[in-house]
Amino acid sequence: MKIGEQTLVFEKKPKILNTASIVGPKESEGPLSIFFDHKIEDELFGEDSFEKAESKFTQSAIDALLTKAPLDKYMVDCIFAGDLLNQCIATGYAMRDSNIPLFGLYGACSTFVEALILSSSFVNAGYYKRCIATASSHFGSSERQFRLPLQQGTQRTPTQQWTVTGAGAALVTHNNDRYKSPVVTHATVGKIVDMGIKDVANMGAAMAPAAFDTILTHLEDTKRKPDYYDLIVTGDLGKMGSEILVELLQAKGINISVNHNDCGMLIYDLESQDMHSGGSGCACCATVFSGYIYDLLKSKKIKNVLLVATGALMSPVSLGQGESIPSIAHAVAIENEV
Amino acid sequence: MSYTKLDMTKEEYSEYVKEKEKTSPLAKHCLVAFLVGGLICSIGQFIFDILEKKCGFSFKNASTYTTISLIFIGALLTALRIYCKIGDKAGAGSIIPITGFSNSIVSSAIEHKTEGVVMGIGANMFKVAGPVVVYGICSSMIIGFIYWLIKLF
Repeated sequence: MKIGEQTLVFEKKPKILNTASIVGPKESEGPLSIFFDHKIEDELFGEDSFEKAESKFTQSAIDALLTKAPLDKYMVDCIFAGDLLNQCIATGYAMRDSNIPLFGLYGACSTFVEALILSSSFVNAGYYKRCIATASSHFGSSERQFRLPLQQGTQRTPTQQWTVTGAGAALVTHNNDRYKSPVVTHATVGKIVDMGIKDVANMGAAMAPAAFDTILTHLEDTKRKPDYYDLIVTGDLGKMGSEILVELLQAKGINISVNHNDCGMLIYDLESQDMHSGGSGCACCATVFSGYIYDLLKSKKIKNVLLVATGALMSPVSLGQGESIPSIAHAVAIENEV
Repeated sequence: MSYTKLDMTKEEYSEYVKEKEKTSPLAKHCLVAFLVGGLICSIGQFIFDILEKKCGFSFKNASTYTTISLIFIGALLTALRIYCKIGDKAGAGSIIPITGFSNSIVSSAIEHKTEGVVMGIGANMFKVAGPVVVYGICSSMIIGFIYWLIKLF
C-alpha cells in the first residue's frame, strides 16, 4: 500500500531471513572486518580480469547466502541484482550458471536498496516466496570504467571516495512466523535530484540532496520522528556528504546527528587507510548492511534501521558533455519483529 | 530544474558546497611536486652527464639516450606498481616529466591487456597520452608558425 507521496507499506512484513557478504583486501583491513563472511586477499579473486573477479564476488555472495540460510538453489524464486559496470556485466555473467530468474537493476550505488525494495514488494504481493537482493562493485573495474587506469600516477582529492570491492546479498522471504528475523516494513522510493554538482571527485555533495529529499519524504509520509530509528544509515555519502546531509536536515528542524551514520565511513578507517572521504560503490551499502547492520539487528543491539542508499547516475560520457550529476536515494525501513 | 524539497537554488547549493569542501593542501602539494619534479630532472641530468662526460657520447646522442632511459625507468616503475604511489604524493611533480608520459602509456596498456593485444593494448595505450601528443604537436606547429613570421621581419 502506498502512503503519502512516495512511501510503500509492506503489511505482510517480508522477512530478511539471512544475509551474506564477501569483501576484498582493503575492506578486510577495515574496522568491520570481523562481520564479513568471506574475506578475499587477492583482488583478482584468481581470475584474469577485474570484471570477472567482480562476477565471482557476486556468485560467491549468493553461494554463501544459500549455504547460510540454508536453502537449495531451486527454492529461490527470483534474484534482483545489479552492479556499476556497463550493461551490468558483473551481474549478467555471475548469474549465467545460476538457473534462477533474474531482474537486472541499475541504480548506481543505490542498487542494493532498490533490489531490497523490489524483493520485498514481490514477496509482500505474494508473487514470490523467496527472493535474493544483491549488488556488487569492484575498485578495479570501477576505476577503469569511470576514471583513469589504476597504475596512472595521479593525486586523489580530499573529497574523493574509494569504491568498495565485494558483494552483499540478502534473502527476503514471506513471513511464515517460523524464525524471528528482521522484517521490512516500509520503503520510500526516491526521485532524481540534481543540484548541479559536476565534480565526480565529490560525489558525496552531489548525492546528499537526494538523501535529504528521501529521508524528509519518508519521515513526512510515515509521520515518524527521526529519533524513531535507532540508526539512520546512508549508503555512500562519505564524510563530506554526511556532513552536508546532517546540516541540510538540521535547517529543516530535523536532527539526525545522533543516530546517523554512513556505510562509506564505517567500512574503512578513513585516517589510517588513507581513504579521504570514505567508501562508495554498490557493494559499500550491500556489504555493510549484510555484514554489520544485519548483525546489529539480529543481536538486538538496535531494534530498527532506516537504510538509505544513494546513487549517482552519471556516466563518463554525460560528464564529458558537460552534464551535472543526477542523484537518487532509496530508503527502506527494517525492524526486528517483536 | 529538478524537483527537490531543498530550499536552495543550484547556485546557492554549489556555493555552500564550495565553502564546505576541504580543498587540497596547495602549499604542501606544490612543495612536494617541486621537490620530486626536481629530483626526477636531476636524475636525468646525472644520467646525461655520465653519458656525455664519462662514456664519450656526443651532446645530441647523450640527450636522446637520457630521454630513453627516463622513459624506461617510468615504464618499469609503473609495471612494478610503484609509480602510482609516487604520483599520489607527488602529483604534478611526477606527471609533468617524461617519466609521467611513459607512466600514462604503460598504465593504459596494462589496464586494457585483458581485451587483447590489438583492440586492447593497441587501441587504448594512447588513451591518456594521446591528447598530450595531439595538442603538443598542434601547439608546436603554431609556435613554429609564429617564429617563422617573426623571422620574416
